[in-house]
Amino acid sequence: MMSADKDKAAEEKPAAEKPATKEAETAPPAPKNTKSEPKETETAPPAPKDTKSEPKETETAKPAPKDTKSEPKETETAKPAPKDAKPEPKETKPVAKETKPAAKTDEPELPAFEKGISDKLVEKFGDKVAVKFVKKDRVGIAASRDNVHDVAEFVRDGLGYDHVESVSGVDYPQDKEIEVVYHIGSYTDPSLARQILVLSTRAQREESPIPGNDATKLPSLRDVFYSVEFHEREVFEMLGVYFEGHPDNRRLQRTLR
Amino acid sequence: MTAELPPGLALQKVDERIMTLNVGPQHPGSGHMRLIVQIDGDYIVACDPDPGYVHRGEEKMAEYRNYILNIPHLERPVIHDSCNVLYPYVLGVEELLGIEVTERAKYVRVIASELNRCIYTMYWLAIYGIFLGHSTMFMWPAGDRELLIDLMEKMTGARVTHAHFVPGGVRNDLPANFEDVCLRQVNYFEKRIREYADIFYDNPILISRTRDTGVLSRQDAIRLGTTGSVLRASGVDYDLRKKEPYDVYDELDFHTNVLKEGDSYARSKIPWLDMLESCNIIRQALQKMPKSGSVRVKLKPNPKGKIGSVYKRVESGRGSLGCYIVSDGKPEPYRLKMSVGSFRNLIALPYLLKGEKLGNMPSVYWSLNYWPVEADR
Amino acid sequence: MIKDLVTPENANVFVGKLGDVLERVVGKPLGYAINWGRIWSLWPVHIETACCSVEFGAASSPRYDVERFGIIEAFGSLRQCDLIVVQGTITRKMAPRLRLVYDQMPEPKYVIAMGACAITGGLYFDSYNVLPGIDGVIPVDVYVPGCPPRPETLIQGCILLQEKIKRMKARTIV
Repeated sequence: MMSADKDKAAEEKPAAEKPATKEAETAPPAPKNTKSEPKETETAPPAPKDTKSEPKETETAKPAPKDTKSEPKETETAKPAPKDAKPEPKETKPVAKETKPAAKTDEPELPAFEKGISDKLVEKFGDKVAVKFVKKDRVGIAASRDNVHDVAEFVRDGLGYDHVESVSGVDYPQDKEIEVVYHIGSYTDPSLARQILVLSTRAQREESPIPGNDATKLPSLRDVFYSVEFHEREVFEMLGVYFEGHPDNRRLQRTLR
Repeated sequence: MTAELPPGLALQKVDERIMTLNVGPQHPGSGHMRLIVQIDGDYIVACDPDPGYVHRGEEKMAEYRNYILNIPHLERPVIHDSCNVLYPYVLGVEELLGIEVTERAKYVRVIASELNRCIYTMYWLAIYGIFLGHSTMFMWPAGDRELLIDLMEKMTGARVTHAHFVPGGVRNDLPANFEDVCLRQVNYFEKRIREYADIFYDNPILISRTRDTGVLSRQDAIRLGTTGSVLRASGVDYDLRKKEPYDVYDELDFHTNVLKEGDSYARSKIPWLDMLESCNIIRQALQKMPKSGSVRVKLKPNPKGKIGSVYKRVESGRGSLGCYIVSDGKPEPYRLKMSVGSFRNLIALPYLLKGEKLGNMPSVYWSLNYWPVEADR
Repeated sequence: MIKDLVTPENANVFVGKLGDVLERVVGKPLGYAINWGRIWSLWPVHIETACCSVEFGAASSPRYDVERFGIIEAFGSLRQCDLIVVQGTITRKMAPRLRLVYDQMPEPKYVIAMGACAITGGLYFDSYNVLPGIDGVIPVDVYVPGCPPRPETLIQGCILLQEKIKRMKARTIV
């Protein structure tokens, strides 16, 4: 505990006032923070070549034929997840190490129910969607910008998911893309209660963004899932992805006054 | 001209009837956020929440701290629920690092998490009470809450910011004789909170202020994607401890509390019922917990996560709390996103306040179990 | 004797001296009395800026009961308040509002910076949206370190503020 040892509050004030008002002036133009956000991500995680190429291979949906690409990825991510969510402690330590080579070969490791969900999606949309991963309780689907709305509609009407838990923007500066990830869950269908469908799509990334007026645009899913409203506004604020068709796509934080 | 102005500065047409009212951030009924409320007489026409006063960039900061260094500052969004807010992050990191936690550590986590849920709910109840003008309801929970804080202090060493959960278990083992003390305190605590029914939940003044205000139907609760007590007060039986049991919740016997009404009263009652259930869970966990064993798996220094993403969620005091971690094989997460219950419930606020009297605003707003710091992150 | 010294020419000097003496004699006890009144009625503004408000709430709970030192928990109208307890992180969005609240308060007003974030930025020293302490926004009287400070620490901070007010001049020229 220290008390500022100037005995007059009045004496301090004129000194402190200058920086204070300056702060007040500089603070409100809030675009600064959003601008600095992507800039920092640019510099912060430039992934090494191998890590970069791997997500690129697997995640960019369109060019690669689906089965060849989904196969290795599925097995790799599936191996520790389904097992060690809650088994006995002794069993799992070896499992985590052993399954690495083992799981790569055996396909039936994939959880059946989750596989069924991804199969339904693939059946409906063919190579318009790419299955990113299938693990216990989580199904990852990637769709391109044009298809994401249709996929979301099918996910709601055909599969029974009913709300979006979270919308996250992920910046990939090396790919010049921003990924928007929807985590979709279901309250009404008891069989889907523990499932999360991870629907991801990618938007073009601008070097010098003008939020709302550049190519970083995606179709809004607000008319499909009402619950994305604030989440999409947040993504717009944080990463500058403008959601077309969103009725109220403002920044979430308002400026002063 | 108006088109160029940022949205907050845009000129608005002044209506003769409709008055715009700023509630917050310096307002006893708002907490750290602003509500732009438009009222016609005494009735609210529209409400535009303006969060972000405590946006501290937790997610961005997580990208340049490694998995262990992230622990203390990821619990800051809800310091009085700090075990629960760390829980999904820790579960996610464990999956990324491929760690399996010992049985005893899982039980310790469940106990800590339930104690924290009670601590959070008691604070919320105190705030809810004082904003309804019920001073006793501030004093009682704020005082009784200290019992559990003492327990957590005994367990973790800190009053509110425990940083107790780490990837691989919990930081410290339980202190000697903790089980007896915990059992005694929890029993007393349960006795105390049962008395709240008399003073608060059966109080005719409270009932008249909260009954049938801000009614959220079951259908809308689902459509808006609300979570936690808001959802369960509207008749949806959804509790992640039951639906997607993490750690050892599947071995414990408890039930979820669901009410059908969907009004402020039901929303304020659910957390209280949950606390009673938490006491039940803590007692069971104390009984079933292995009496000895390690509580922490040693990690390599600066552990690297495997490439991929993980989304884990737990049931916190404010509903489902998810943590989405994208890893690119480095010691730091590539992207970390917290999907928090407060933010998900915020969407219901404009919806609920429409047509409500201005005087009912605090009761509706705080019944959402909203903690602005968490919503802003 | 004194009568002889006072002449019509120097009477004004004597009156002035008398005023000085009176101020010496009365001013100090009077200022002490005014400060004494201020010490026991510190009313904080209800402005919560971040998570330290939890411990501020706990400080006014029955166990810690900061009210026994003359500081009520939180008060609605800032026109009647004379204390800001800055409860934690100040973000870029909150800073102008904090200044606005400070400016609207009547003199005399005191500021307690509660928590590491309010002092230096704390855990968020490298965040893009957090100010490195509130000294640049409003003048601070007492710093209460901790993340978050325990209620006891806050109470100690309040007592330090009271000690400080005792030493302050009662009248500050505004």
